[in-house]
Amino acid sequence: MENTVQLEEQFNAKLDKGEFIEPKDWMPEKYRKTLIRQISQHAHSEIIGMQPEGNWITRAPSLRRKAVLLAKVQDEAGHGLYLYSAAETMGISRDELLDQLHTGKAKYSSIFNYQTLTWADMGAVGWLVDGAAIINQVMLQRTSYGPYSRAMVRICKEESFHQRQGYEIMCALAAGTPEQKAMAQDALNRWWWPTLMMFGPKDSESKNSTDSIRWKIKRETNDELRQKFIDRTVAQAEHLGLVIPDPELKWNEERGHYDSGEINWEEFWNVVEGRGPCNHIRLKVRVAAHENGAWVREAANAYAAKKAKREAGSLVA
Amino acid sequence: MSTTDNQWPLWEVFVQAKTGTPHKHCGSVHAPDKEMALQNARDLYTRRSEGTSIWVVPATAITASSPEDIGPFFEPSNDKPYRHPTFYVTPEGIKYL
Repeated sequence: MENTVQLEEQFNAKLDKGEFIEPKDWMPEKYRKTLIRQISQHAHSEIIGMQPEGNWITRAPSLRRKAVLLAKVQDEAGHGLYLYSAAETMGISRDELLDQLHTGKAKYSSIFNYQTLTWADMGAVGWLVDGAAIINQVMLQRTSYGPYSRAMVRICKEESFHQRQGYEIMCALAAGTPEQKAMAQDALNRWWWPTLMMFGPKDSESKNSTDSIRWKIKRETNDELRQKFIDRTVAQAEHLGLVIPDPELKWNEERGHYDSGEINWEEFWNVVEGRGPCNHIRLKVRVAAHENGAWVREAANAYAAKKAKREAGSLVA
Repeated sequence: MSTTDNQWPLWEVFVQAKTGTPHKHCGSVHAPDKEMALQNARDLYTRRSEGTSIWVVPATAITASSPEDIGPFFEPSNDKPYRHPTFYVTPEGIKYL
């Protein structure tokens, strides 16, 4: 029997060669724990993320927008399920995962604890929130754990429509009446900073970052990804004729990047720790949906049991 | 089955993208029976016409090789390079071989 040191050496050698880790492979306990935490948080984010947009399905301004929004929210349910499946390959059950979400033990992306107050928020969420998510997810396509990587490849294929439909909403509003343009600007004002917070704490203060990079779970750091998002988004805002609410935002020729102002980290930690505008209601709605669906799950079980019994009966006869 | 079990059995999903190509593993779903497994797989993995056919297989029915045995398990083919066309020397200028 090989000892842990040897196994860990083999594991690291595999990572160094750029190989993927698969479910039955030996892995350090902390690698498993880190990934279960990260994949399940990601799955929970997709599931909770259905709420701020689901909120607008009945009020979408046209049939086209409504169909699009429905499809997008459906995709988010799908992405949640891909990710739950990936997490389950590490030996945690779906029941445990849902339980962790419902009891508040597991976290989800703080961005979904903000309200979607106007239709323009559907534009801003698609454009900015999905835009930020894509930057993170494109990186995660090359994450070292096979099932997570495969789920991310699927998700990335589907996600780009989300960002485009959001930007299209912003374009329509920005080219509309002064009131509509003001609505778009207001949405950008409210969503800009929370979106930047999606990339997580600064590298210097991120306690999970070092291990994640070493194990190739993440390939780029929080700050690198945040910078990439800012650099990509400025021109898109300019095209809309909207102003990003950061007076310190300025092109830095020397760095080849935009410089930007400091994030309100107090707000960040408040929302992470459960004191955001919607933390309470998001969880309440999610738990109610699960509890109200209990009879459907029981009925499906009863039906499956009845059918299995019948099939067994007909075999005997 | 206990009433507290909410998660249902796990099914592995294989989708054929178009006729003439193999079914490829694309993920898994939970479902109480095979019909619902098929419907759940359809809803989850073919929202954009990605498939012409789906297989669902109870995850418990799959037997897999284990990574610890990978060396000895696949070893028998390692010493048979003559199974590859590059093993053979062909005279210069001879085509269609």
